[in-house]
Amino acid sequence: MRRIIGWASTTVTLLVLLFGYHTSTSSTVAGQVADTVISSGTVAGSGSGSGTTTSGSGSSGSSGSSGSSGTSGSSGSATQVTGSVVQTRYGPVQVQLSVSGGEVTSVSVLQYPDGDPRSSQISNYALPVLADETVSAQSSSIDMVSGATFTSSGYIQSLQSALDRAGL
Amino acid sequence: MTATLGTTRQVVHVMGMPVSLALRGRHAATAAGERAWLEAVATLRDVDRVFSTYRADSHVSRLDRGEIGLSECPPDVAEVLAIGELARVQSGGAFDVRRPDASGRLVLDPSGVVKGWAVERAARSLVRLEDTDVCLSAGGDMVCHVADPARDPWLVGIEDPHDPSRVVARVPVRQGAVATSGAAHRGAHIVDARTGVAATGVAQVTVVGPDLTWADVDATAAYALGAGALAWLSTRPGRTGLVVWDDGRCETFGRAG
Repeated sequence: MRRIIGWASTTVTLLVLLFGYHTSTSSTVAGQVADTVISSGTVAGSGSGSGTTTSGSGSSGSSGSSGSSGTSGSSGSATQVTGSVVQTRYGPVQVQLSVSGGEVTSVSVLQYPDGDPRSSQISNYALPVLADETVSAQSSSIDMVSGATFTSSGYIQSLQSALDRAGL
Repeated sequence: MTATLGTTRQVVHVMGMPVSLALRGRHAATAAGERAWLEAVATLRDVDRVFSTYRADSHVSRLDRGEIGLSECPPDVAEVLAIGELARVQSGGAFDVRRPDASGRLVLDPSGVVKGWAVERAARSLVRLEDTDVCLSAGGDMVCHVADPARDPWLVGIEDPHDPSRVVARVPVRQGAVATSGAAHRGAHIVDARTGVAATGVAQVTVVGPDLTWADVDATAAYALGAGALAWLSTRPGRTGLVVWDDGRCETFGRAG
């Protein structure tokens, strides 16, 4: 279940990345968007819950609860769970989960806002994305490392050291 | 993605910790970029001369011994102590620039404020570089700046407190700061100022926010709060971040800013 919750939060992160636009003149706007995004995360969470039920009964077919009219379809052993379309300030958002053996194996965004001029604005920072979910733990995919007060003596062992060496 | 623009890097050791710079864009490899870097390093050295608790002749050491008063220190000292006092109040006393030493005497140690505050200040010369992206890190706490919204954010890896060769998470930052507190490299060096006891339950706290001064203060305060870290962090507006518990569990918090 923890993994599922993790995935739900990943979905939230993805959506925040995509839609958490920030205007420096109005922090209220960012707050409203975040609220909307979090409700999308609920859709993803209920979808994955349905996935667990699916693997238990051996049949496919599920629908998101909490008022979302999710649809599903089976492809091989994985079940696709599609969340309902959520309207955000910037347009419709819809996500799809692949569920296999009671675990979410992928999250994709089917619909995202397009064409709104404000869509070009990008958030200043997002939620961290956990490494065991979508991020490889390889240093090649990061620019800098944040760690607990490393000293010069500890530096040689750190990942930051490898990054610095590679760049010099 | 980021590699296409070309990142230049610099490292120097100041205040007993590695200071790493990554630059992308117009001044990544120009004389102006080099001058801004040297200015940033000079700023950190100046701050160290005033604030170091390891230097007997620093203003803070002399202030602690009662040899000089606050009015005889540079105004920066009052500013840092004011931030520390605000943090003490806001953290319910878990964060404090005064801590008991081994003999029980209260010593002045504003290091928990100074580091983030100093890097924020040092980054100014670099952030002024036109059309240039900056990521300036001192001992794992950093200021990030991306000059052109069309370019990729800086991708900051969050170190695994149980294995420094790995990261547990990654966070994209365009404008803002990332600070991490924990015991990974120095042993249990952060104590709850209320009890003088090292924090338990939480292995590491990372805070992402608009400025490094407060990201660093918040990470330190939350770490000192131990088991209460996440609950306290969720009361702090405009931050995101990650708490790694002693058992390795990771929990993110906050909203994108």
